[in-house]
Amino acid sequence: MNAAAREWTRFTPGERIARAMLYIVTAIAVVWSIRTIDIIPEFLYDAPEQTADLFRRMWPFDWAFYPKAVHSALIETFHIATLGTILAIVLALPLSFLAARNFTSNPILNLIAQFIFVSSRSVNSLIWALLFVAIFGPGALSGVLSIAFRSIGFVGKLFGEALEEAQQGPIEALTAAGAPRSMLLVKGYWPQVEPAFWSVALLRWDINIRESAVLGLVGAGGIGVALDAALNNLYWDQVGLILAVIFCVVVVTEIVTSTIRSRII
Amino acid sequence: MTGAGNSALLSIRHLRKEYRPGQPVLKDISLDIDARGLTAIIGPSGTGKSTLIRCINRLVDPTAGEMLFEGRDLAKLAGAELRAARRRIGMVFQEYNLVERLSVIENVLTGRLGYVPAWRAFLRKFPAADVARAFDLIDAVGLDESFATRRADKLSGGQRQRVGIARALMQAPALILADEPTSSLDPKTSVEIMELMAKMGAERGVPIIVNIHNVELARRYASRIIGMTGGEVVYDGPPEGLADAHLKHIYGGEEFL
Repeated sequence: MNAAAREWTRFTPGERIARAMLYIVTAIAVVWSIRTIDIIPEFLYDAPEQTADLFRRMWPFDWAFYPKAVHSALIETFHIATLGTILAIVLALPLSFLAARNFTSNPILNLIAQFIFVSSRSVNSLIWALLFVAIFGPGALSGVLSIAFRSIGFVGKLFGEALEEAQQGPIEALTAAGAPRSMLLVKGYWPQVEPAFWSVALLRWDINIRESAVLGLVGAGGIGVALDAALNNLYWDQVGLILAVIFCVVVVTEIVTSTIRSRII
Repeated sequence: MTGAGNSALLSIRHLRKEYRPGQPVLKDISLDIDARGLTAIIGPSGTGKSTLIRCINRLVDPTAGEMLFEGRDLAKLAGAELRAARRRIGMVFQEYNLVERLSVIENVLTGRLGYVPAWRAFLRKFPAADVARAFDLIDAVGLDESFATRRADKLSGGQRQRVGIARALMQAPALILADEPTSSLDPKTSVEIMELMAKMGAERGVPIIVNIHNVELARRYASRIIGMTGGEVVYDGPPEGLADAHLKHIYGGEEFL
């Protein structure tokens, strides 16, 4: 008995069986997926050539196209992303206070807020855009609304979690001083979650810039409309220009948001 | 009113608290706290000292009993009435509980949140008299004016606790509760903080109830000592009367003496 007690194995037999099963399932999944995706060998073999050809058609860019159509579409993309983010924040903030279990102790209200977040996040912004284009017609308004509705869940969930992580000590101190609930929020919670708020808002704005760049593919305004048109017309030099512009914009927003973040926190 | 006959500021009667039914942390506590002096509550960890203090300002809800304070039973108050009572009771915490990202003066001003209208606090437009008083209190607790605009997370433990005391005094309280105010501090700073609390209480005529682990500090600064063990008061009297036999009873065993 004593000798047995000194033996040490990392996993119990049950755990070993579970791990073996996991390996087997993984192997089956890999084989199954390779057989399902129907790779056509001919397309695979000339992929490098096709890629090179595509790039050759893109270069040189059609620079004249920039002032003609890309610039105004780019500005519209910015506006869609920014307005959508602001709208999302306005709608998500009150909901996140309802979702935070330490601030709202009513489980039904928590559940309602979480349900709204999940429904918002479970639908991709492209799908939201299809929906809003059907309702409001094509254009930037549909873009703004689809960005906003997709972002509510993201902002609300992350900010709500930040609220739940707020330290209770200062809240307790303000409660003990006889502060009403509204003041607990303003002077107790807000100073603690302010950095989290700005970081969530900026991150979402950054994501939204990228998302609103493709919304135009379904007619919801922005630079995606120009991209869609160029793709349909097979004007690869215009497509190349637009992709390059989107890339530059994403890099710039990344730099801007990370600079602002480091300043605030 | 039951408490009309006596002169005590706070009368606790048959206070009982159970976090889990059938397992009382406080068993039938009855105490009278006078409107003057520093009362120290000593006792081993887990004996209900913190619970007792937190019941008084209802951060913890008592299971039974009453607590008469300024003619009202604190145990029965709710909503606006409870907040009005709370703002008359200042509190100092072991971990200071300052809002770390706010400046010192703003932390002190949070002591007025029970008084000022919400919009004023929201816009940071506290009444000029409150701001002046906050500066005076920062001075009085031994921090100079340059501290006022510093963020609370830039302060040392002793400095933070001074801010905590200023915040409690900012409420213009009729009573101050202090829950282990020195337990996170080094011995020298602990003495300074106790000294400061005793002095502030005496100067402003505010009685103080302190939970404290350090029996020597309790003896030195308290005018009354309450010894608790197992959720009951087993000693209540002046520090001079506290003998080793009492301490043995309170803490159990004698190795520590």
